[in-house]
Amino acid sequence: MSYLELLKLAAPETIVVVTALAVLTIGLTSTKAKGLCSVVAVLGIAVAIGAVLMLPPHANLFGGMLVISPLNSLFKIICLILALVTLPLFSSERSLPNPGEFLAMLLLGAVGLMLLVGSEELLMIFIGLELLGLSLYVLAAFDKSDIRSAEAGLKYFLFGSTASAFTLFGISFIYGMAGTTALAAIGQKLAGAPVQPLLAVGIVMTLVGFAFKIAAAPFHLWAPDAYQGAPIASAAFIASASKVASFVVLGKIVLVGFAPARGSADWHAMLAGWSPVLAALAALSILLGNFVALAQTNVRRLLAYSAVAHGGYTLLGIIAGGRDGFSATLFYTSIYAITLIGAFAIVGVVRRESGDDDLQNFVGLAARSPFLAGSMSIFLLSLAGLPPLAGFFGKFYLFSAALRAGGNHGLLWLVTVALFGSFVSLYYYLIVLKVIFVGESSASTAQRGQSGSGLNNSTARELPSRATIAVLAAAVLFLGIMPQTLAARIIASLP
Amino acid sequence: MIAWTIYITFAGAIVLLVVPRGFVRWIALVTATAGFAISLVTFFCDDVDLAHFTTVMRVPWVPALGMNYHLAVDGISLTLVLVTGLVAISSVLFSWDVTDRANEFFFWLLLVVGGSYGVFLSADLFLLFLFYELVIVPKYFLIAIFGSTNKEYGAMKLTLYSFFGGALVFLGIIAIYVNGGSLDLNQLAQFQFAPQLQSWAFPVLFLGFAVLAGIWPLHTWAPTGHVAAPTAGSMLLAGIVMKLGAYAALRVAMNLFPQGFQMWRTWIAVLAVVGIVYAAAVALRQRDLKFVIGYSSVSHMGFVLLGFATANVFGVSGSVLQMFSHGVIGALLFAVAGRMIYRRTHTRELDALSGMNLARTLPFAAFTFVIASAASMGIPGFSGFAAEITILIGAWKSYPLAVWITGVGMVLVAAFTLRALKRSFFDVDLGGSAAPSGDVKQMSASPTQLSSSAERSIHLEPITIPEKLGASLLMFATLAVGLYPKLLLDRIQPAVEAMRFLK
Repeated sequence: MSYLELLKLAAPETIVVVTALAVLTIGLTSTKAKGLCSVVAVLGIAVAIGAVLMLPPHANLFGGMLVISPLNSLFKIICLILALVTLPLFSSERSLPNPGEFLAMLLLGAVGLMLLVGSEELLMIFIGLELLGLSLYVLAAFDKSDIRSAEAGLKYFLFGSTASAFTLFGISFIYGMAGTTALAAIGQKLAGAPVQPLLAVGIVMTLVGFAFKIAAAPFHLWAPDAYQGAPIASAAFIASASKVASFVVLGKIVLVGFAPARGSADWHAMLAGWSPVLAALAALSILLGNFVALAQTNVRRLLAYSAVAHGGYTLLGIIAGGRDGFSATLFYTSIYAITLIGAFAIVGVVRRESGDDDLQNFVGLAARSPFLAGSMSIFLLSLAGLPPLAGFFGKFYLFSAALRAGGNHGLLWLVTVALFGSFVSLYYYLIVLKVIFVGESSASTAQRGQSGSGLNNSTARELPSRATIAVLAAAVLFLGIMPQTLAARIIASLP
Repeated sequence: MIAWTIYITFAGAIVLLVVPRGFVRWIALVTATAGFAISLVTFFCDDVDLAHFTTVMRVPWVPALGMNYHLAVDGISLTLVLVTGLVAISSVLFSWDVTDRANEFFFWLLLVVGGSYGVFLSADLFLLFLFYELVIVPKYFLIAIFGSTNKEYGAMKLTLYSFFGGALVFLGIIAIYVNGGSLDLNQLAQFQFAPQLQSWAFPVLFLGFAVLAGIWPLHTWAPTGHVAAPTAGSMLLAGIVMKLGAYAALRVAMNLFPQGFQMWRTWIAVLAVVGIVYAAAVALRQRDLKFVIGYSSVSHMGFVLLGFATANVFGVSGSVLQMFSHGVIGALLFAVAGRMIYRRTHTRELDALSGMNLARTLPFAAFTFVIASAASMGIPGFSGFAAEITILIGAWKSYPLAVWITGVGMVLVAAFTLRALKRSFFDVDLGGSAAPSGDVKQMSASPTQLSSSAERSIHLEPITIPEKLGASLLMFATLAVGLYPKLLLDRIQPAVEAMRFLK
């Protein structure tokens, strides 16, 4: 193994790191280099995507530390694309100083995502988690003029670091039991032996760390504040790309590494293991997320609690396991990420236009901007799981995979909970849409009159955001009508 | 060719988003007419085998999961496509006066129509469910934006009920998919599901669909929804949307789970009969004309469910005929109440209407309402009679007791219909009977009418041409089918006989 070859296989990560450093340098040399920084960042990500495409289909370095497989490459690309569509949200933001630093943190976060996705070894996964986490903490607290941003960053940091400690502790237990940190080897070592208490402790502690990352109840407490307080672009990145990568890794860890300790979450044959733990997390997330979301009046908090619930749905596929279940989870989390970035982009535009992102700021949006209102309805109805949008197919795939798993419809209870949850969720999504389409406020027209002079200026600045919204809305619609473009790719990439 | 009903309707809906306001209603009308024309042509030319669920289009859609874009047609679905086209045209005609946010209005309207065509023609379970759920949100916006009384409440209630039913259906469909290993309705119809599965999946699926068909006690969305909806919205709800549930219950739940159906059909009959009698009794006490019609819809849909429960050719064919018949009659009744009366008098309260002497001022409305009421009561010669008598013949074989109780219900239907008819049009207040018939303007101008109270002086705009056209279309349909039911029954019956649960 020569270093040259290592460099070749790690080329995408290297490119993104170099881009991050370059962006940082540009940001240092001039304070008004927002445009240039953004362009360099976009170029860097685009080149990195190209580099991922050039990778060989299979490679395995250092016992799983860097694994290149169709699945990993696919999700590296998806993570990079998610980072790419998050960028325009940032460039529409006027209040954030130091664009170079922000973009550099975002790019370093993207490197963390790629390491996370591209590794099948616990230590490397932990390093990826930390790199991602640290970047996200900074991103969440980036708006120094806003006290809520500081609150978001601090909360996220405190919860996140505690969770990391749990994960590391859990990993050390597992290393103690299995004598290795490579996932495949752990799976082989654990096979055949009954689940010992020490191993159970290790597994549960590892899962706690990931439950935090995907904001599954009861480890979701950071999410509402982080989603609401962080700058829009940071919140979108935390809610989307970080979650996608976490689900990919979580799936690999439990389905490959902990495969022997699976247990059973079937209602007629519960058996200790990770699947009942995840099932409990999923059920709790779905119920708590949806019911608490009903009471929210701030759109970002509402999206945060609905994110908790969606985390719960997505877990269903992992609990179901197998190729079918895992691909359903991967499909669902990908389209969820796309949808959520779009929703956040709209929240960002509305926030800049009307000052805040409470429900009342959305009153009469359909009259102010039919484009934003139409796109928002696409995103929210996709989250609710209505056709012909991507969320509908995603839910169908996910729930049918869950019902198929286990003997004699063992997961029927979980599917029922999830369907009930999505029934509840329609109510609050419709409330938002009702406010947008039905409500007509006099305040909104007055505001428009005031800002009429600065309209051209703001439209030019909003252009990147609006373009992103249009692309994402089209993607959600397209993936709803032609889901096989993504689904077939995911299925094919799974071994 | 029948598949084009779906494409044309959705294309029309998309075109509506970009055209200037002046063209909107014409485009909507042309789209609706084209859909109806296509279904009519398919209906009268004999090159499609209507006795079986014949595939007209089949393209792989998501091969990895076995989903196909698969459309098929038989006598049952074609009948319903036909009524969808009829109601679509007339609801556009009865919305001719919508000017506020007209693009949006007709966009949502055509989405409901297009989704309904899709449900009736789908031969793939996932596709059927997709179209079925697609209809939910347009309904919400149609009511919440353009509705009248208590519209946001009515819209939300209706949507949540639909979605609740949808969640049950979702569960049933994935149970079918996971066990049957296919989503193709024709393949699944050959598949033998385990009795244990059928025993729980059938009621889940049937109830889920029946929510939309207004099954008692999950019918309460219907009256509030109908009342809140704009005229075209009520027409679509009563005329088409309630049929979606009934049709899907027949096509999916009963046809795929014959044993489950046999286990539960007595319960369906019980709920249906309770629904018929209860809704009719409640309608008798309503003050709002639209509530009366809303409950009458529930009562009439009870007949459809009763026909299903009989599990014989007569009963089920009668149900399909009743779906057509009620689609037409329900739309007609709502058109009179919502457009002809409410838009002019701004009230639907029977007490307020009874003083207005509407039979004189709006003779065409009165005529239409008499025809619609007669059809609704089941007077021979109208489609309602043909359908209900067929259902009752079928029910006599299976549940004689149900026929007796339903008889009581039919008397109640006649009672509340006549009551509504009399109170709204023919209740002449004292002294008012001397009012000269004829032109409205003349009447309001003549100061000699002492009894012409405040209401009398309201200038009531005469019935417009689009209204007359729409009403004539529906009246013609109910008469044509009433006088010659064989026209439809000849196509429905073979298709029903091909269904599995009869064997």
